[in-house]
Amino acid sequence: MSADFDAIIVGSGPGGSTVADVLTAAGWSVVIFEKGRNHLIDLDDPTHLLTDYSNDELKFMTRHFLGPDPWLEPRAFRTSEDHGEREHVGEANNLPSTVGGGGVHADGKLPRFLAVDFAMRSTHGPIDGAAVEDWPLDYDEMEPYYAEAERVVGVAGDADANPFAEWRSGPYPMPPGAPMYGAVLSTEVAERQGLHPYPGPTGANSVPYDGRPACNNCGFCAYYGCPIHAKGDPVAPLQRALLTGRAELRPETFVSRVIVSNGRATGVEYVDRDGTVRTETAGRAVVLAGGAVETPRLLLLSGFEHPLIGRHLMCHFQTLVMGVMPFRTHPHRGRSVTHMHDDHLVDDDASRAAARDGGLPWIRGGMVEHCGPGAPVLEARIYPWGRRHKELMRESPLRDHMWGFTMQGEDVPQPTNRIDLDPVVRDVRGFPAVRMTYRPHRMEQVASAHYAPTLAAVLEEMGAKETMVSTSPMPGGAFGGYLSPIPNSKHVLGTVRMGTDPATSVLDRWGRFHDVANLLVADSSGFVTSTGYGPTLTIVALAIRNARALAASS
Amino acid sequence: MPVFFTPEEYAVVVAACERLIPADEQPGATDAGVADYIDILLGAFSFEPPRIWAVHPRGAEFHPLTTLDELAWRTRIEGSLGIEERERIGPVVGWQQRYRDGIAALGTDFVDVDETEQKRRLRADRAFLALLHQHACEGMYGAPAYGGNRGLIGWANCNFEGDVQPRGYTDAEVSQP
Repeated sequence: MSADFDAIIVGSGPGGSTVADVLTAAGWSVVIFEKGRNHLIDLDDPTHLLTDYSNDELKFMTRHFLGPDPWLEPRAFRTSEDHGEREHVGEANNLPSTVGGGGVHADGKLPRFLAVDFAMRSTHGPIDGAAVEDWPLDYDEMEPYYAEAERVVGVAGDADANPFAEWRSGPYPMPPGAPMYGAVLSTEVAERQGLHPYPGPTGANSVPYDGRPACNNCGFCAYYGCPIHAKGDPVAPLQRALLTGRAELRPETFVSRVIVSNGRATGVEYVDRDGTVRTETAGRAVVLAGGAVETPRLLLLSGFEHPLIGRHLMCHFQTLVMGVMPFRTHPHRGRSVTHMHDDHLVDDDASRAAARDGGLPWIRGGMVEHCGPGAPVLEARIYPWGRRHKELMRESPLRDHMWGFTMQGEDVPQPTNRIDLDPVVRDVRGFPAVRMTYRPHRMEQVASAHYAPTLAAVLEEMGAKETMVSTSPMPGGAFGGYLSPIPNSKHVLGTVRMGTDPATSVLDRWGRFHDVANLLVADSSGFVTSTGYGPTLTIVALAIRNARALAASS
Repeated sequence: MPVFFTPEEYAVVVAACERLIPADEQPGATDAGVADYIDILLGAFSFEPPRIWAVHPRGAEFHPLTTLDELAWRTRIEGSLGIEERERIGPVVGWQQRYRDGIAALGTDFVDVDETEQKRRLRADRAFLALLHQHACEGMYGAPAYGGNRGLIGWANCNFEGDVQPRGYTDAEVSQP
């Protein structure tokens, strides 16, 4: 029987699009299924990019333009199995469901991991309640793929600016863009206080790149698609794949089952946009790239039985330290975040002491983004209504006078944090909804408490009249608000982890199932630890590495 | 003419929004058309395509909805109304009904009573107040394509330039005070 395509790819985000690029370049035919709508690229003429993204807070922040609509695709959430079947139904850490996936809404910070990130077990050791393991690969092996990923996506950065960065085989493809005013100030003070801020590697063009224009600093990066396609979303690899004539993209299709026969993935069952259930066959491979929540869901819907599928769900523990400045910071101008520092990912005497005091073998924070809030509707909803409302909006203490930090703290992999299928809640197509069971480990909370004062001290020296510290997730917070027990970080990771031992991992070191060699996972599901860095560049680098190995081996 | 509210309901919504975001030395909710924003949201399906997603923040075009998105937005706005496909995760009281009920509770004389009494009535139903407050903020400071923020009154009030494409900001505007 001849199959319709060499490979089926589920998901069109950074992972799936990159795999499509690599496999079509190797001569394969592929079909990409995407459950969301297409607002990225003209499928009849892939040289033409769409202009559906806009600087519109309502369309993107409250009206779910990038999807998923939480009523159509609800998720259940609970902090622990002890808290009943579920504590919340609706939106729970949704990544965009649209062509381009998480790449569309990201503000495009694209750091590499450190060497130690691939070897936390051997360098830092175990932590009670978590399954801290080494990755089945190391930084030296990843370096060429990181370099290639930076070229594919288009990353602007300064190779010499971050003293903690690992070795690199070459410079960034583009120089950094204009620093945000708040970052000019916060980096100066941070340096004075002994920190090491640097221009964050950013997937936003500082100069015209790969046929796309330079970023014009409009300020609508995080949570928005780029109206001028200056952002490093997956448009470049997707476009290249489509232009080979060997790739087909099918938006608004939901893959509901992976078909496995005699130890090989042979195809998928999917629901077409008209609601019809159809099947598609793949002659060589099936690739899953729906993200670390939807990929384990699909595996569970398909009847996969490995006990670790869905386990070790990780989301970065965000520590938000914000200051109200006596001057305007205009955080709505520029590419959302232009500077970061990595100091809180590196152990020192103080962090070792804090770990000891917390009864932990080690603690680790994460990359710190220098940033401020830029959205006026969100701001308006915080202030009281009535006579003072417009005065507060003019003074704008919580937007135009605010500057601060978001630390994306490392989250250790706990087997009890997991994705499974809700026994009752269903999506609009009738399939069981995702249920997330998640609560932070004490490590994240001790690290957050340890590093927050360091960040607040920078803001105080900048002149902050007031500083405030919050976290996401917020243990004990109310469901429904921004700072709730549901982690807000869209960096969802783990759930189908890689490893060398089939008893303690689901995927091998090439991202393929130990027992189904032609089934590849090409998203952050395979991550063994969370690190404290945004995951996208590593997703793309791994996708290049693993897709190329797949093409060579079959 | 409002597309969803009756003239009497519309007058109550205008007065209620002005109480939430009153004019001071600069114009408030009434002048910004916040009640029109809410009216168009509740009557979004009186238009084709429905006024859910503007193509451009200052334009008149809207994206068409898929079948699924229409189901979600009709459920959110109109409620589930006993329709099976809208009650998959339980019955939904739509925004239209919540406004009809909320406005009725505020009373048709809401426009005539004094400020203290208006505030008392608004605070009497916290759930409706929260919905109205959210929509008032959206109508005041959201993109003008949706019928509010008329004349960019909301953005002017808060020193926000809003949608700056295709000009963007110069490097100097980004990096300097």
